[in-house]
Amino acid sequence: MIGAIRKYTTAFGRFWWDFLVGDTPELFVGVLVIIGAALALRHERAAAITVVPLLTVAFLAASTYRARNRA
Amino acid sequence: MTTSSVILVLAVFGASAVEMVEALTIVVASGTTRGWRSALEGTAVAVVVLAVIVGAVGVPLIHIVPINVLRVIIGALLLVLGLGWMRKAILRSSGHKAIHDEDAIYAKTVEALSVTGEATGDSLPAAQGKRRDAVGFVVAFKGVFLEGMEVVLIVLSLGSSSHRLGLASLAAGAAVLIVGLVGVVVARQLSEVPENAMKMSVGVMLTSFGVFWTGEGAGVHWPGSDVAILVLIAFFAAVTAIAIPLMRRALPGAKAERENRMTATFDKAAGR
Repeated sequence: MIGAIRKYTTAFGRFWWDFLVGDTPELFVGVLVIIGAALALRHERAAAITVVPLLTVAFLAASTYRARNRA
Repeated sequence: MTTSSVILVLAVFGASAVEMVEALTIVVASGTTRGWRSALEGTAVAVVVLAVIVGAVGVPLIHIVPINVLRVIIGALLLVLGLGWMRKAILRSSGHKAIHDEDAIYAKTVEALSVTGEATGDSLPAAQGKRRDAVGFVVAFKGVFLEGMEVVLIVLSLGSSSHRLGLASLAAGAAVLIVGLVGVVVARQLSEVPENAMKMSVGVMLTSFGVFWTGEGAGVHWPGSDVAILVLIAFFAAVTAIAIPLMRRALPGAKAERENRMTATFDKAAGR
């Protein structure tokens, strides 16, 4: 019983690790930074609506560049 | 129907269609190799389990978790998914990564299933008969369930953040039905589906929704409210359109090819 619970918990954890982090940890970190930026700039509307999309592009570019170098 | 509802339907439908093409490849491979009865039963059970997950997780999610917290979590999930899809589509379109080949996946699955049949002493003609085949059932179930989980996450994310879980589920259901019907008609010609272009469009939409909901959840008010999603889609589509040729220029050999082309042009102009 305990073995089965451990097995399913491990499988569940592995699914979420692969889904969220997988082979692109930079995107996961990027998403955390984007959330942090949105929270920090929530009272500065103009800055927030500019910085959040630009940060998204920056992390996309960094991840694509990393993948290109690894290919 | 509002603008955001239309975009939501398009995003969920597109994402579900892409995932279902991948799942269908596995189901068709399982069906032709191990028998259709078990493959279809595996598919049906997986679809029911996924629908139960949407109902069991999605409905309480809307009622229990505070809406702004939900929007930040959902925005983050959509960003992870959307950025991953955009990245993959850019790499494939620029030639840095091989295009997703449904024919290769089909051939690989058929080969694996044939080997499994021989190893278990379960001859393929017997497996293709009317009795149940455990291998065919499990392969079809796993294929549909794993590909479908991503669809479930998208349906839950987009549906619950805007309180349109029913609409999102309907869009996903329609995609599953249409891809299934197309699969019956074209059978093994799934490689004809422009999967990369679909993945890119859906990636752009998911990223736009992700940025929008992360901002809304954090307390950022987008100008024009839901219309801002359209602006974000246009922005990320433009970024993708710029990124692909830039990445193509960085391909190994692309520089030498450009130099050769320039030399040939100069030679032609000089009459050499």
